Amino acid sequence: MPKLTIDGIAVEVPPNTTILQAAESVGVEIPRFCYHDRLSIAGNCRMCLVDVEKSPKPVASCAMPVGEGMVVHTKSDRANKARGGVMEFLLINHPLDCPICDQGGECDLQDQAMAYGFDRGRFHENKRAVKDKYMGPVVETVMTRCIHCTRCVRFATEVAGVPQLGATGRGEDMEITTYLEGALSSELSGNVVDLCPVGALTSKPYAFNARPWELRKTESVDVMDAVGTNVRLDARGRVVLRVLPRVNEDVNEEWMADKSRHAVDGLRYQRLDQPYVRKNGKLQPASWDEAFGAIVTKIKGLPGSKIAALAGDTVDAESMMVLKDLLTALGSGNLDCRQDGAALDPSVRASYIFNSTIAGIEQADAILIVGSNPRKEAPVLNARIRKRYLRGGVAIATVGDAIDLTYKYEHLGADAGLLSRIADGSHPFAATLKSAKKPMIIVGMAALTRADGAAVLAAAKSVADNCGLVKDGWNGFNVLHTAASRVGGLDLGFVPGAGGKDTRGILAGASGGEIEAVYLLGADEINTAKLGKAFVIYQGHHGDRGAHRADVVLPGAAYTEKDGTYVNTEGRVQRGLRAVFPPGDAREDWTIIRALSEKLGKTLPYDSIGQVRARMYYVNPLFSGVDKAQAADWKPFGAAGAVAATGFDYPVKNYYMTDPISRASRTMAQCTEEFVLAGSKQMTGTHG
Amino acid sequence: MSTRSLAKDQPASFAFNADYIAQAKRVIAKYPAGRQASAVIPLLDLAQRQEGWVTKPAIEEIAKILDMAPIRVLEVATFYTMFNLAPVGKTHVQICTSLPCWLRGSNDVVRACKEKLGIGMGEMTPDGSFSLGELECAGACVNAPVAQIGDDYFEDLDHASTGKLLDAFKRGEKPKAGPVIKRDSSAPAGDAITLTENPAPPQKQDFAAAKAAFEEAKAEAAAKAAAPKA
Repeated sequence: MPKLTIDGIAVEVPPNTTILQAAESVGVEIPRFCYHDRLSIAGNCRMCLVDVEKSPKPVASCAMPVGEGMVVHTKSDRANKARGGVMEFLLINHPLDCPICDQGGECDLQDQAMAYGFDRGRFHENKRAVKDKYMGPVVETVMTRCIHCTRCVRFATEVAGVPQLGATGRGEDMEITTYLEGALSSELSGNVVDLCPVGALTSKPYAFNARPWELRKTESVDVMDAVGTNVRLDARGRVVLRVLPRVNEDVNEEWMADKSRHAVDGLRYQRLDQPYVRKNGKLQPASWDEAFGAIVTKIKGLPGSKIAALAGDTVDAESMMVLKDLLTALGSGNLDCRQDGAALDPSVRASYIFNSTIAGIEQADAILIVGSNPRKEAPVLNARIRKRYLRGGVAIATVGDAIDLTYKYEHLGADAGLLSRIADGSHPFAATLKSAKKPMIIVGMAALTRADGAAVLAAAKSVADNCGLVKDGWNGFNVLHTAASRVGGLDLGFVPGAGGKDTRGILAGASGGEIEAVYLLGADEINTAKLGKAFVIYQGHHGDRGAHRADVVLPGAAYTEKDGTYVNTEGRVQRGLRAVFPPGDAREDWTIIRALSEKLGKTLPYDSIGQVRARMYYVNPLFSGVDKAQAADWKPFGAAGAVAATGFDYPVKNYYMTDPISRASRTMAQCTEEFVLAGSKQMTGTHG
Repeated sequence: MSTRSLAKDQPASFAFNADYIAQAKRVIAKYPAGRQASAVIPLLDLAQRQEGWVTKPAIEEIAKILDMAPIRVLEVATFYTMFNLAPVGKTHVQICTSLPCWLRGSNDVVRACKEKLGIGMGEMTPDGSFSLGELECAGACVNAPVAQIGDDYFEDLDHASTGKLLDAFKRGEKPKAGPVIKRDSSAPAGDAITLTENPAPPQKQDFAAAKAAFEEAKAEAAAKAAAPKA
């Protein structure tokens, strides 16, 4: 291991470390624009120049490997002068329009110019101007500001896997552009905005909205998919203006999917801000007392078996806990958090979580994806698979449709029956799994929501058992969820109790008349026509499918408006904090159910969220391990059966609209138009 | 140089002809398997030879052949000014206007071209036979000023010789490439001014006489040593 001295600090680092990384390990910060931890090294901005003794010139520390006995000075006069020169050159063609630039206040160039900028300009020629480029509905461009660091080009090529960005021309005429100025068709395109060290790429929906120092920053967890991306909610007043990713190496690294980032404007439209009661076939505004009164009139006296509850995809664990306790108090076991009817087995935790963990993907050497489109269902997780793919030495295969996942894979076929052949070893991919050190299977919701979902789950289990996916220190059986609340609901047991009905049973019962009251807790992804004549209570934050069918609407809070616990697909318990208050009369969800329980004469003993959480720890101690992905024991599960030799029906048809928030979002509507409808729409002669 | 981008009017399709497909295969085979992208410059050149310029469908076709993203091919095509991104005339005349050529009179050469062809820089004659362009340093400064016409350099030009050269092209001739004045490639112009005479032949040496003289001197020295000291 080479030893070197950086600013008088002796440090020993592994070989092939760069000077910049070595300096960072001892807390010496070196300015940079083009260098980024998670991208390949470009070495083209020259801002990281340092002085190395016995070297005739300053060296670019981001690209220079350490050498034995090197003596590095990062703050010497020569290094500072060199950086000052680089900065002066960068600013020659930079417009210095900081007062009207959205990056102002959080701009690398602005910050570093404070330290290295020359106090006047010596360039008296005209600055260059560059035409702005179209990059889609979420990325705004002001290309004159670009300093050609190529971070966005490298991100698109390496991480996102959509090589559409590039630098055309050369020298002064170099321009960053997409091919023929098409939209950047990636579910991760918003990340180029975070990566851009200047204001060349900024967020289009957030353009000219706020300055960073005006924003109140709250740490939270994203609910748009089941990855549980760690986010920061930036709010001003009562509005969340933008969402940015937080670094969490185990979950999202520092990436974030476009829906998680940009659906947030949906929180401003279609909101339920007061209770409604259906009178004469029409929903009429009502007070909380009237709404509760209508519910009490209907439910009091109903036997438990005639009451049911369904939990939606974005609800927090606290409200599910309280609703489950209310249903139990009412004597009902008809409750389910699997509104898509997925055949998940709640009794064995290992059967419904992503056991290998997301970070574990990087160790896998054989991956079988069954009935899942991770690119649409969990873009950040898909980027992790691509990261693994780029390192090489991994066999990836899919059973399902041949879709573009941004990496190459072996397409085994669309037929779910292949699973049984892999399980009994008659398929060649079984040998690949068996010979792999850390093989894994990813089972998607498309596989489990089929009519024979239970049999598919059992077949996947036998693949895991027969091909050695589960061994000491490695569990390669993974379920990729699409709903942020799903694992939390299963962990809390928000599933049919003894003699209770599941989603299909509840819907059948409601159409048949055996179930007379259905409580929808943010459940919108069901076929509301099947609710028949049942009395429907909808509690949620958007006037979406569920609220349209409801007889009583109780306005709840969206994920930005309440403290909540969410469990992601790998079983990681995460906490989100409230950034703003819910609009109008809307309340935090668990408090609504608590208030209703009192009206129903079944008062639940919760007066604070702490008491609800204490109850959750009691029901499932896992909930006390916040931010930990706790391993689950491998036990028998699934009901073996015949798997029909048919394909899959993928749950995410339009990535940009999957839940009430994204359906209400304007940005997501624009994305839908650009990426989803454009291909199917007949182009008129006036297009482009 | 200005921003280089694809021309507005593009043909609908592009395909290499049989001969160029064979050549392209030969080029690709030069590189190790999986490194076929290295063949992008030769393939762009082939496309330009076939069509006269690099078209958008050609870029996409090359991207497909080499399994690259189209933007990667576009990056290369826009980087090198030798690739024409818009149609050029049958005879594409490029004048080097960089400093050494300018000092040696490239302005006269440009003027001659404009007069003879009736077009300006970056333009094409209406019949499509000639187009005129600028060239960054052609690397032939010793023969400045230089014009590149097709694949050939025509060197040591001036106003008059440029006019003659273009006339020859107009007549459909193929003038000889290289210096247009009396000069052998980049050797000094005109006749040699040094080493003009034949060098004197080496003197013949009389080894026998030299040997005799040496022996005589030796004997004399021996006699001197033997003689008693006075």
